[in-house]
Amino acid sequence: MEAMYAFFMDTAGMDEMAAHITVAVIMATIMFIVMALCAIIFTWMERKVAGFLQSRYGPMRTGRWHGWAQAVADMLKILGKEDIIPAEADKPYFIFAPLLVLLGSLLAWAAIPWAPGFVAADLDLGLFYIFAVTSLVVLGILMAGWASNNKWALYGAARGAAQMVSYEIPLLLATIPVVLYTGSLNTQDIVIAQQGGVLNWFVFRDPFLFIAFWMYFIASIAETNRGPFDMPETESELVAGYHTEYTGMRFAFFFLAEYANLFLVSMIAVMVFLGGWWSPIPGLDFAPAACFVVKGVLMVFLNMWVRWTLPRVRVDQLMHLCWKVMIPVTLVCVVGAGIWMMASGAVG
Amino acid sequence: MSFEGLPKGSGNKERTFRESIYLWEVLRGLGVTIGHLVRNILHTDDMPTRQYPEEKHVYSDRFRGRHRLMKREDGAPRCVACQMCSTYCPADCIEIVAAEHPDPAIEKYPASFDIDLLRCVYCGLCEEACPCDAIRLDTGIFEIAADQREKFVVDKEFLLNNETDGTR
Repeated sequence: MEAMYAFFMDTAGMDEMAAHITVAVIMATIMFIVMALCAIIFTWMERKVAGFLQSRYGPMRTGRWHGWAQAVADMLKILGKEDIIPAEADKPYFIFAPLLVLLGSLLAWAAIPWAPGFVAADLDLGLFYIFAVTSLVVLGILMAGWASNNKWALYGAARGAAQMVSYEIPLLLATIPVVLYTGSLNTQDIVIAQQGGVLNWFVFRDPFLFIAFWMYFIASIAETNRGPFDMPETESELVAGYHTEYTGMRFAFFFLAEYANLFLVSMIAVMVFLGGWWSPIPGLDFAPAACFVVKGVLMVFLNMWVRWTLPRVRVDQLMHLCWKVMIPVTLVCVVGAGIWMMASGAVG
Repeated sequence: MSFEGLPKGSGNKERTFRESIYLWEVLRGLGVTIGHLVRNILHTDDMPTRQYPEEKHVYSDRFRGRHRLMKREDGAPRCVACQMCSTYCPADCIEIVAAEHPDPAIEKYPASFDIDLLRCVYCGLCEEACPCDAIRLDTGIFEIAADQREKFVVDKEFLLNNETDGTR
């Protein structure tokens, strides 16, 4: 980032304000392109993973080799689809909701540290900022369901809101031990604190952090509304949940947001627990961004693996798991990690 | 009505501690699916799905398939229009119009020989009934599709040019 500022200010002769705006526009464009790409790639990956897990092939035709162009073709198709807004829908909110959902995850992408120094928004409260802006997704889902004026959509939205608000608590609590260790909420500082091989990653620092990582993982599945916690969508009972009434591009936005969110929570897991851009073996950090992305994709794979293995839970089981199991366990993790830090003398 | 003595349904079974926390069973399930994934990646060809138009099902040697009419050495149909097959056909799907053959050694020949493939039950009784081995159900062709009912009624020319798929 400093190099980019230096380039625009010294070589291109811009003043500070112009350089800032140029860099911001470049970063936002990169983020959006990466986001669209990851939606396309993960759609294909999801279908292939699902297929192979269930002894099927998945897409095989489009683009010859294992249907690699299937997601691209789907995107083109969805662009040409008719955009239907129900007559009884609350039009402005109906139109704004998918954008809000997308905005929630896109904003959070800004604070992801891809490589040393390469972060769009290097905030001192980075982690806090990420969790704050992802709350917009809940708002967007609720707005979509309510504005659709459809009972399935409203049910789905209400479930989604209840689930996501509940699971945000264990999600946040699970990351607190890491913040205790680092003493900082800056996303780069959190990654830098994990330098020095796989044993210095926060997952393997102490047993409480190990449990916290899995708690984070479970909560993140619920946050992205994916199976086995896809209560807001439950196609068997709610048709498609909050996006029942959406078609064409607006539906594509929800789809894009789902995969952007999936990659976002995976990247947060990598950043907070799995050593960010550091390679597992110390001294092999040639391609930090590639290392970060590969770990992120592996986390996405883990998500898909869980989704295509487990059946959907009931709403009451979902809430039971959150309030009666995960929140107490994560609280114990916070206290336990604190005590472990004091005992091992690693006070940050 | 009393339910005493009947076996309890699975829903009433006391769950063990290991089952009630789900975690062990969840991990076992994940193990099963990743096993499938690895096996399917290593042995992709062993997956039950068949890539149909490229990869066709191989039926047993006894599978009959679509009919064909046999030819004489000069290319004319071997059929003598004796109507044995159409008489014997349980589905009544063969319609033969006989005509006098110019060669005095051959009594008759089929002026038309139509089979309604939608009515045919592929039982093979026609080939058993045939006195001169003129009709056979040995092509092994199972892809019989058309967009109109009329197209399923196949004529003499079509049946004469039906070749076997080479597997039998």
